[in-house]
Amino acid sequence: MAQSTTKKKPVGAMIVMGIVSIALYATLLLKQDLINSTFAQGGWYALLPIITAFVFSFFHGSFTGNFWTVLGVEAARKKKEVK
Amino acid sequence: MHDIVTNYINLDAITILYLFGVGFVGGLVSGFIGSGGAFVLTPGMMSLGVPGLMAVASNMCHKFPKALVGAMKRFKYGQVDVKLGLVLGVSAEAGVLYGAGIQEKIKATFGDAGSNLYVSVAFVVILATVGGFVLYDAWKTYKSGNANTEEKAGKLALWIQSINIPGTMVYFKSINARVSILFTIPLGFATGMMAATIAVGGFVGVPAMIYVLGAPSLMASATELVIAFVMGLGGSLKYALHGMVDIRLAMIILAGSLFGIQLGAIGTTYVKPFLIKVVMGVIMVIVLFSRGLMVPVYLAQLGLIDKLGDGTVKLLKNSSFAIMMFALLLGAFIVLRAMWQGKQAEKLQQASGALEHGEI
Repeated sequence: MAQSTTKKKPVGAMIVMGIVSIALYATLLLKQDLINSTFAQGGWYALLPIITAFVFSFFHGSFTGNFWTVLGVEAARKKKEVK
Repeated sequence: MHDIVTNYINLDAITILYLFGVGFVGGLVSGFIGSGGAFVLTPGMMSLGVPGLMAVASNMCHKFPKALVGAMKRFKYGQVDVKLGLVLGVSAEAGVLYGAGIQEKIKATFGDAGSNLYVSVAFVVILATVGGFVLYDAWKTYKSGNANTEEKAGKLALWIQSINIPGTMVYFKSINARVSILFTIPLGFATGMMAATIAVGGFVGVPAMIYVLGAPSLMASATELVIAFVMGLGGSLKYALHGMVDIRLAMIILAGSLFGIQLGAIGTTYVKPFLIKVVMGVIMVIVLFSRGLMVPVYLAQLGLIDKLGDGTVKLLKNSSFAIMMFALLLGAFIVLRAMWQGKQAEKLQQASGALEHGEI
């Protein structure tokens, strides 16, 4: 019997992460003046863009990964040689 | 101790879509060849009126989270040499700090036009020399009919691997040999310096890993993502200390590039390794013409050559933009086409396998 290759698609996770991503981007654009003036102060405020980048990458990265999986775009099944 | 940057561009819907789109294609290319988003993203932002230094800083701030996501994805495929990435990344960090210092001095002395000119000239020189060589090597592989065979380390790499300097030797799985860190340190430093200057350290780092250290293209391009993360993080912090990062630009580009980098990383599992060099070389060579066209504009702004007419400036800017878009789209097209063909080949293989299985 042929081996089943059907896997459960991470639709729920994609939706949740997608909503969080949209919320983050909406905040960034709606409060851009405040954010710009705060982040541009340098010094200890330099940590803010770094933290922002990590937070966005976590949520949006998870969303985009699930997005392609849900669409069926996945890595080739043959294993690459990594020697 | 720091400047307050006030020249932020206005973000309308078109600009956001443009940045998202450029980010997507840049991410696609980065996911595939380990770097390269920046060489389109930095001039892409500059074409919107973002000063060169802020474009470099904002690009760097989108690069490290993107590289992190890409490296984690490609690590799952067994393509990342974390040790090599960290060893090169640490020395690249020193290169980033040194390069950023040079950039700041140029901006302070010559202003935005000087900074833009320096970035553009560096683009042209690096892309012409390294891009030309990478493309030539890919062409040689294609012509020789060895595109399907396993890549072998070149003469230079074999020589480097043969040198034993006691107390400095480290084993790297991607190279499958011990190499002295006295060789990796300058390579990492050069990668970092390029990253801080033109935000595309990978165009030194990836060819260095392939041709100088002897790593396979797939592993070199994946390991570059670790280097990009390490130096991108340090570089972003350095620029952010001076308030140079436009976080809006960085995060909008990140929005597109995270879609792209996932796709580009997936694409590497479908293609022949030499295609990494093809994509890298083709895009580098085309983009150098784009940046090269802008050099006279910045020279005129600095008063180093006669003032150009408004029509000429407009023509140069538009041509530069069009060539860059062409490079972008061509890169994306090659990656997606190769991926599509790989996917089709896999389907065929599975179908024939299933058929054979049924016949037995």
